[in-house]
Amino acid sequence: MMPLAALFLRDIRLAVRIGGGAVMGVLFFLIVVTLVPLAVGPDLALLQRIGPAILWLGALLASLLALDHLFAADYADGSLDVILTARAPLELAVLAKAAAHWLTTGLPLVIAAPVLGLMLNIEPKAMAAVTLTLLAGTPALTLIGAVGAALSVALRRGGLLLPVLVLPLTIPVLIFGVAAANAAIVGPTPFGTPFTILCALSLASLAIGPFAAAAALRHGLE
Amino acid sequence: MALIDLANPTRFLNLANRCLPWLAGLTAVLFAAGLYQTWFVAPDDYQQGATVKIMYIHVPSAWLGMFGWTLMSIAALGTLVWRHPLADVAAKTAAPIGAAFAFLCLVTGSLWGRPMWGTYWVWDARLTSVLVLFLMYLGMMTLWRTVEDPSRAGRAAAVLTLVGAINLPIIKFSVDWWNTLHQPASVFRVGGPAIDRSILLPLIVMVLAFTLLFVTLHLAAMRNEIMRRRVRTLRLQQAGAGAGG
Repeated sequence: MMPLAALFLRDIRLAVRIGGGAVMGVLFFLIVVTLVPLAVGPDLALLQRIGPAILWLGALLASLLALDHLFAADYADGSLDVILTARAPLELAVLAKAAAHWLTTGLPLVIAAPVLGLMLNIEPKAMAAVTLTLLAGTPALTLIGAVGAALSVALRRGGLLLPVLVLPLTIPVLIFGVAAANAAIVGPTPFGTPFTILCALSLASLAIGPFAAAAALRHGLE
Repeated sequence: MALIDLANPTRFLNLANRCLPWLAGLTAVLFAAGLYQTWFVAPDDYQQGATVKIMYIHVPSAWLGMFGWTLMSIAALGTLVWRHPLADVAAKTAAPIGAAFAFLCLVTGSLWGRPMWGTYWVWDARLTSVLVLFLMYLGMMTLWRTVEDPSRAGRAAAVLTLVGAINLPIIKFSVDWWNTLHQPASVFRVGGPAIDRSILLPLIVMVLAFTLLFVTLHLAAMRNEIMRRRVRTLRLQQAGAGAGG
């Protein structure tokens, strides 16, 4: 357990220091949310209606942007090879890295969401629902994204390949995240139905993501 | 380098060269029979008129769009589990063909939708999930095109194919759920009355013809891919010899 804890703490420390890019995602999120009213117009009623969707899209894109950091830096300085040859199972190492990555990039998005919700005129109760769905859904985004990040680092080609591969896989998370948020605001389905499915998606990606990402790393870097 | 690609595939090439003319001939015969029945035997629908005949292309395309990913998933297992040298050739060549059929399914669907629904595109659940499938095929093709070493690309593509195979039913389910939430089911009712035999029989012939077309194209594409890899290996050897000597 000790090496994994050390890896987890190391990743968090690296992320919050200079060059870590933990704050970058939140800044990107803020800019996306600012751009939407500029595109669709400052109609507060409309913004209130599509607010949850905007927040979810912004969070999805922001978490995608940060994925590049997950393995690329470790690959560049060679520590990924050390992790690969270490005695701790690679799947658990991926899980530890993904957890640290979510804490430093996913959680800030969840915390920033209520503040940005104010700009979109979302009511407090609806805002609580959106924040809750983001809290439940962003781990799935990180874990699905870890597979794409592992693939693109193994292929030594990042860039546009990563979003092209990852975005279609995140469609279910987006659908149920926005649906749960909207269910809490306008109905007609109860909040619990889409929300539990969202939680199930997160758990399923927790079960599959580390294995797929570890397989991609192993096959790509051997 | 990829010298192992040269070892076993010779026997496969012989087999493919012997099978291909027969497969192509059988495909042509089945298409002749199926198209004849579609145009001259199958009746027009009493409501939809002649547009119902788009179905004879649309349904086989939809089936082959899904068949392509299934084939790729089996090939992915072949790459990762059994390390079969031809598995990634099969996976790579299936992607563009599957994408073509998914695209054909989308195009015929929207051509049918124009007179029937009054619009080329509706966010119907099944249209949307075929669109996502098409996008995933395109992603897979870009992945193959990003990496120059085929065996390396093959293993990465295999991991992604299997993740996609797990994800596709979930995407299908969530898009269905999303669709029923947004629009009532009255817009698009499947089946209606049970399909009459006069329509079902040509449809089965067309599905068989299209499936054989897929198999023929896939086999030919695999043959071409093996030759392409041989050319690549020869060029690398030549370049190596030139640099060394």
